[in-house]
Amino acid sequence: MIETPPINSHLPPAVPTHPTKSTTLPVVIIQSKSEWKLIDWRECLEYRDLFYFLVLRDVTVLYKQTILGFAWAILNPLFSMVVFTLIFGMLLKVPSDGKPYAVFSFAALLPWTYFSQSLSGATGSLIQGTSIFTKVYFPRVFIPWVPVCSKLVDFAIALVMLVGLMIWYQVAPSKNIIFLPLLLLLLMLTSAGAGMLLSAMAIQYRDIRHAMSFMMQLLMYAAPVVWPASKMPSEFRIWYGLYPLAGVIEGFRAAMLNTGPMPWDLIGMGSITAGIAFLFGSLYFRRTERFFADVA
Amino acid sequence: MSRLAIRVENLGKAYRIGLKEQRHETLLGALSAWVTSPVSNFGEVRKLSHFPKANAVDSPPSVSIGDVIWAIKDVSFEVEQGEAVGIIGRNGAGKSTLLKILSRIVEPTRGSARVYGRVGSLLEVGTGFHPDLTGRENIYLNGTILGMKKREIDWKFNEIVAFSGIEKFIDTPVKRYSSGMRVRLAFSVAAHLEPEILVIDEVLAVGDAEFQKKCLGKMSTVAESGRTVLFVSHNLTAIQSLCHRAILMNAGKTVMDGIPSRVVAAYLQSGERLLTERRWDDRSLVPGDGAVRLLAARVCSNDPVDLLSLDSQIWLEFEVLNLVPEAILNLSFHLYSQEGIMVLNSVTVPKALPAGDIRFTCHLPDRLLNDSLYSVELMIVMNAANVLLKIPDCLSFQIHDLERESAWFGKFPGAVRPNMKWTIEQADGASSGNGHPPTGTRTANGS
Repeated sequence: MIETPPINSHLPPAVPTHPTKSTTLPVVIIQSKSEWKLIDWRECLEYRDLFYFLVLRDVTVLYKQTILGFAWAILNPLFSMVVFTLIFGMLLKVPSDGKPYAVFSFAALLPWTYFSQSLSGATGSLIQGTSIFTKVYFPRVFIPWVPVCSKLVDFAIALVMLVGLMIWYQVAPSKNIIFLPLLLLLLMLTSAGAGMLLSAMAIQYRDIRHAMSFMMQLLMYAAPVVWPASKMPSEFRIWYGLYPLAGVIEGFRAAMLNTGPMPWDLIGMGSITAGIAFLFGSLYFRRTERFFADVA
Repeated sequence: MSRLAIRVENLGKAYRIGLKEQRHETLLGALSAWVTSPVSNFGEVRKLSHFPKANAVDSPPSVSIGDVIWAIKDVSFEVEQGEAVGIIGRNGAGKSTLLKILSRIVEPTRGSARVYGRVGSLLEVGTGFHPDLTGRENIYLNGTILGMKKREIDWKFNEIVAFSGIEKFIDTPVKRYSSGMRVRLAFSVAAHLEPEILVIDEVLAVGDAEFQKKCLGKMSTVAESGRTVLFVSHNLTAIQSLCHRAILMNAGKTVMDGIPSRVVAAYLQSGERLLTERRWDDRSLVPGDGAVRLLAARVCSNDPVDLLSLDSQIWLEFEVLNLVPEAILNLSFHLYSQEGIMVLNSVTVPKALPAGDIRFTCHLPDRLLNDSLYSVELMIVMNAANVLLKIPDCLSFQIHDLERESAWFGKFPGAVRPNMKWTIEQADGASSGNGHPPTGTRTANGS
């Protein structure tokens, strides 16, 4: 829709004696253009203050007027952990790589909760942000990115909880803990990519929103949250790695609980998917963003 | 040599309007439609963002081809840097669509626009305001949404707060604000936006009169500071005072482009038909009965009757056919303003009149009425008691506030607006000696 070419022939030739400010004005050409384009990082950088305040708003508003406040960031995965421990750990006796099932599942619930919340937040973000982006221009990709960043706060709080659980159960982390940021990056890339794709689809086809809740359940049981990836038959393991959550969750356990070596095979495969998801998500988003305001 | 700020070429924007859904007469028809509905729904939703390129080109604006409607079409104009351009037109003329395209919110279907410089768009005050955030947090959020940098807001923060006049509540969540306070805060942020090009939709019609005054004052400093301003408003006084140029839009096209006073006059004259003159030539349709009939009624002025200003001399004429010789008749009319307020009632002295056509003329005092749309309810009364004829909307006319010298361009309140004599003098007159004529006397014209 919009391109910003370098200042050139569009402007009348500058009067040499009067080098006015106007000669440096950026030109924006507004016209109908359907094309595949990448994210304009320079423009995003230009608007970084807005991004910061949008994330800040998301974080500040989430627990306003609640009694427990940020404790909810812990209670959500904690509750799931208790249920999973009772059902899968104690009743069904699902193996947990030799660790207490509570820590085993909580270490997985940490990345999973972040992923599911940021992805569902991103998917609904455009629909929720209609009142803003139909009134003013800014890089639209910010809208699905904001939940991906703001949910990091919850993630960080829950991480403290995990450390507490590890102390309680006396589980020591491995030195692979230094790879945590990498895993987190993979997670963010995946949910941002899928979030861009789904939000751009959801703004036009509202079916997406309705499909989200069962999609999320499916994704959770597909991920090694309640079961260890070691249960996966080895001939499928490499393909299973294409699901980025597999590598991330197993990597989390390896790093935090020392369940074994880092599953680089899974992480490597997951990175491919995450990269493709981000690339395709941003391409689709950028291609369709020109009529968001029309279909919103 | 002035430079271009905006160049718009053959701009057009098409929208889909929903067509009526098909009805099904039979159960089988309804059932099969239900089964295939996902397919047809997909087509419907997809169509929202896809337009046929070729066949729509020749259709006139605002005429639908199938369910496509052109909100604006073939709009071309240029704006130079530092120009303040007012855009006027009726609802649905395409003004807001044009601003949305220039603000890069929607994409044009056809044509192009080149914009030189940073555009700040104010299509709404308080975009992104969150009720749970405090005034302070919302200033930053709203400011960055409007395109300001954090440092810029830091710099202007105190000014913004002072302008809004809500210093005390700056750390209170906005949801506890009154709606007026919220608007003031929102507008204060917007008023401190300093892009090269400012695009403003009808947002000044907010807040109380005092705050509007402040906003319009701020607007005029923006317009004078050499920034390019594109301004949509129904406040014609403001358009004429703030803008160097006006563009009239109608049905998606630019109809006129020029000096604000002329464009405003053209817009007003193209307005809805006012009943400034009525005549019943066919005597069988004349209102009235066997005793008295109304033949004609009209609004007269030294100015064109469809372009009356506050200073126009206005008189009303009524032609009555009296069928009963020496009937004692009198005329009475009620004058209502647009708000439905009865401004006055004027009556003639009851008088025995000969049979035949009789003309009644009523001269309104100079500089009496405020700017409004007035309607006249006429009554013809016999023997000072018996209402023979009552015509509720006999005549209507509009008075416009065309020129204003003060810094305020909002609607002047009040039903009437006469020139009042004011004197201004020093109050401690005793020390300067009694009996002296007051010094410093001047009259103000009440505007």
